[in-house]
Amino acid sequence: MALAVSHQFEQPASFSFDAESEAELATLIARYPAGKQASAVIPGLYVVQHQMKRQTGSAWVPVKGMDVLAERLGMAPIRVYEVATFYYMFNMEPIGKYHLQVCTTTPCWLRGSDEIVEACRRETGIKGWKETSADGMFTMTEVECVGACVNAPILQVDDDYYEDLNAERVSALIAALRRGEKPPVGSTIGRQTSAPEGGPTTLLFAPEA
Amino acid sequence: MPKLTIDGIEVEVPAGSTILQAAEVAGIEIPRFCYHERLSVAGNCRMCLVEVEKTPPKPIASCSYPVGEGMVVHTDTPMVRNGRRGVMEFLLINHPLDCPICDQGGECDLQDQAVGFGSDHSRYAENKRAVKDKNLGPLVKTTMTRCIHCTRCIRFITEVAGVPELGATNRGEHMEVGTYVEKALSSELSGNIIDLCPVGALTSKPYEFVARPWELAKVDSIDVLDAVGTNIRIDSRGPEVLRILPRLNEDVNEEWLGDKSRFAIDGLKRRRLDRPWLKRDGKLQAVSWAEAFTAIADKVKGLTGDRIGAIAGDLCDAESMLALKDLMASLGSANTDCRQDGARLDTSRRDFYSFNTSIPAIEEADAVLIIGSNPRKEAPVLNARIRKAFVASGMPIGVIGAETDLTYKVTYLGIDPSVINALHDGSHPFAETLRAAKKPLIILGQGALARADGSAVLAAAWRLAGSVGALTADWHGFNVLHTAAARVGGLDLGFVPGHGGKSVAQMLDGGVDVLWLLGADEFDTARIGANTFVVYQGHHGDAGAHRADVILPGAAYTEKSGTYVNTEGRVQRGFMAVYPPGDAREDWTIIRAFSQLTGKTLPYDTIDALRQRLEQVNIAFSRIGYLPRFGCSDLTAPSGDPAALSDAPFAPAVENYYQTDPISRSSPTMDACTQTARGTHLAAAAE
Repeated sequence: MALAVSHQFEQPASFSFDAESEAELATLIARYPAGKQASAVIPGLYVVQHQMKRQTGSAWVPVKGMDVLAERLGMAPIRVYEVATFYYMFNMEPIGKYHLQVCTTTPCWLRGSDEIVEACRRETGIKGWKETSADGMFTMTEVECVGACVNAPILQVDDDYYEDLNAERVSALIAALRRGEKPPVGSTIGRQTSAPEGGPTTLLFAPEA
Repeated sequence: MPKLTIDGIEVEVPAGSTILQAAEVAGIEIPRFCYHERLSVAGNCRMCLVEVEKTPPKPIASCSYPVGEGMVVHTDTPMVRNGRRGVMEFLLINHPLDCPICDQGGECDLQDQAVGFGSDHSRYAENKRAVKDKNLGPLVKTTMTRCIHCTRCIRFITEVAGVPELGATNRGEHMEVGTYVEKALSSELSGNIIDLCPVGALTSKPYEFVARPWELAKVDSIDVLDAVGTNIRIDSRGPEVLRILPRLNEDVNEEWLGDKSRFAIDGLKRRRLDRPWLKRDGKLQAVSWAEAFTAIADKVKGLTGDRIGAIAGDLCDAESMLALKDLMASLGSANTDCRQDGARLDTSRRDFYSFNTSIPAIEEADAVLIIGSNPRKEAPVLNARIRKAFVASGMPIGVIGAETDLTYKVTYLGIDPSVINALHDGSHPFAETLRAAKKPLIILGQGALARADGSAVLAAAWRLAGSVGALTADWHGFNVLHTAAARVGGLDLGFVPGHGGKSVAQMLDGGVDVLWLLGADEFDTARIGANTFVVYQGHHGDAGAHRADVILPGAAYTEKSGTYVNTEGRVQRGFMAVYPPGDAREDWTIIRAFSQLTGKTLPYDTIDALRQRLEQVNIAFSRIGYLPRFGCSDLTAPSGDPAALSDAPFAPAVENYYQTDPISRSSPTMDACTQTARGTHLAAAAE
């Protein structure tokens, strides 16, 4: 993420919001009082990133996209660059079609995130962090706690969480993504939200009246 | 006002002050890197730690901690010292040990404070981080590895300069200060971030590896490259001016300096006139002073006064202008003019041609109207003051002139003079805003005056000022913003056509037979009559010297002691930092020496005697530095018919900020700035 603009990839020459983005932006800006539109900068950057995914298949934020957003929100472009580069959720350069974000923070690590990382590497051929697979399908990054420790370990694909993973299920997930399928998000072992594995352990019967 | 005790000293400071400010009142210095009194508080360097009694037992950043009644603060306890040592150790982890090759060495806050709080060795054995240098244009050199992330430059460019182009991208260990997309800073005040940078991350590009601060002789002076009269310090070594820094003057420039004034000094070494020249058989030949003087005296002899004239340039000191005026008078000539641009200024009263509100009082204004002026280009330091007032109060600002980024929000009212009268008769909606204001401020630029209907514009603007309540007993809201440092001084001492005298335009096209140019280069010299004998007295081989028959080498502003009157009418004095090159002399002495040949020797032998004469001519010259506040009790309008306005749009007085005078035109640095600015303009136009 600590990369400035002068890199090997090409920045698009222009950027403009499409109809879907315009609608999202209108909703976002309406959330804040007049004159405080700049508050919408973080969700606005997601709008840019999602539009890039729709249009180019790669979810990233080009400089022109930040400039257009800055103008829309009445901010100096540099203020948007600061925000965008601060948060790891925004990709400042093109990535693969799917963004594999492996959580390696303590709870996930204790529950086997090393295994998840290994499986991702094996399936995609990616060696290091922030690398894109040779076929352009996957980019793998290491992320800090994504706040789903209960169902650790977690692999976040783009905006969706896949939980309760092990190497086998990661392989299956990546194979499915490769086939163009989109497996159901959430727990991969059928856990209901973050309830205990295998069903409830408390409140099994109604208390006596 | 809360009272508190700092290290046993009791101080009373306004509520809302911080502990650091209170400590300053108590005379206790607290080390700091990020805190700066003219910028917003960031509180990120943590160097200003202090201990406050009855708070949780941990050090507190005094720059962002408000004072409270009865607070007891200690700035030198073991906890404080350990805290600051820890901060210093962290700062030095990634700071390179390259002081020997760093231009900041000797005047570096980090170096100084490391003496007090640094360790004698480093406990950090890992690799230091390295940061790629940024290209911020031809003025500011970056060595970003040295940056300690105080963010002063970011805050200055955003808050004071009003051109938000710098920021901190990425975070934590990877944080970098820069523009993110590679671009040169477009601010005219960008050089100030060099002064603000507490380390050697931002240094002066032209001054790179030139000198150490302890080698330099420091002389106080006044800047002449615009009409603000910025207080400067000239740093020189031997015969060479090496850099110019701003001096603190709250009433004029605070502590800022425009880029042209700071960086044009390399122009002082180029295209200099260092010996007298005389044109013989169509070719200039080097001659002695005596030969040059004799040649002029021969020409002048036998001519009546009305065939002799003098034009004073934009960088002249008052002393030399007065000497030249006296010389002309002794030759019977009333043909003197210091308005090369032909500005139609009414000199009958001082408040018709000066910035009467005064620069500090701009902050009191509650509505502003700018007519035919681009203060950002004509006087960037003054523009920063308008911006400061705007940021504080959000006052409405109207502009009659071309649309351009002035670094604050303005309403464009139109581009031609008719708007002035529409505001006067109330038919323009902005008239209400001006009338509702208690302290309206009207700024009239040279772009509005240096035109055929200039006197009509002046009269119309004055009438408007009267009708909106800008002229009252305790508020004078009528202001003329000049671009030439010599202009107000010249008008004050009457360097204008006397009775029956000729103006610049009348002296051209053969209007006089002998024309004495005192540093005058800013008019079309091709219009000087073919048979006119031209004497050019000045320091640079520019337009005037090009046309001259005799060249008398004078001194630039760094090479003479001189009195200058800024656009407000504030009289200020600068001192000589270095000697003029070669045979060049201080200008008034040249005129005094020549006067002997005419048989009417000027009656002053020392600069003090000449200054006494200045005070005789205008008592204003006796008041150095200080400018009293005044209102306007006499509403009599300047001559000129406010109805005689043309419909030609106002043209800017300064097209290219970086090159406006012989010094900056000779400066390679200013040339580079011009190219850069044009480059960005071209790129912007291509988009």
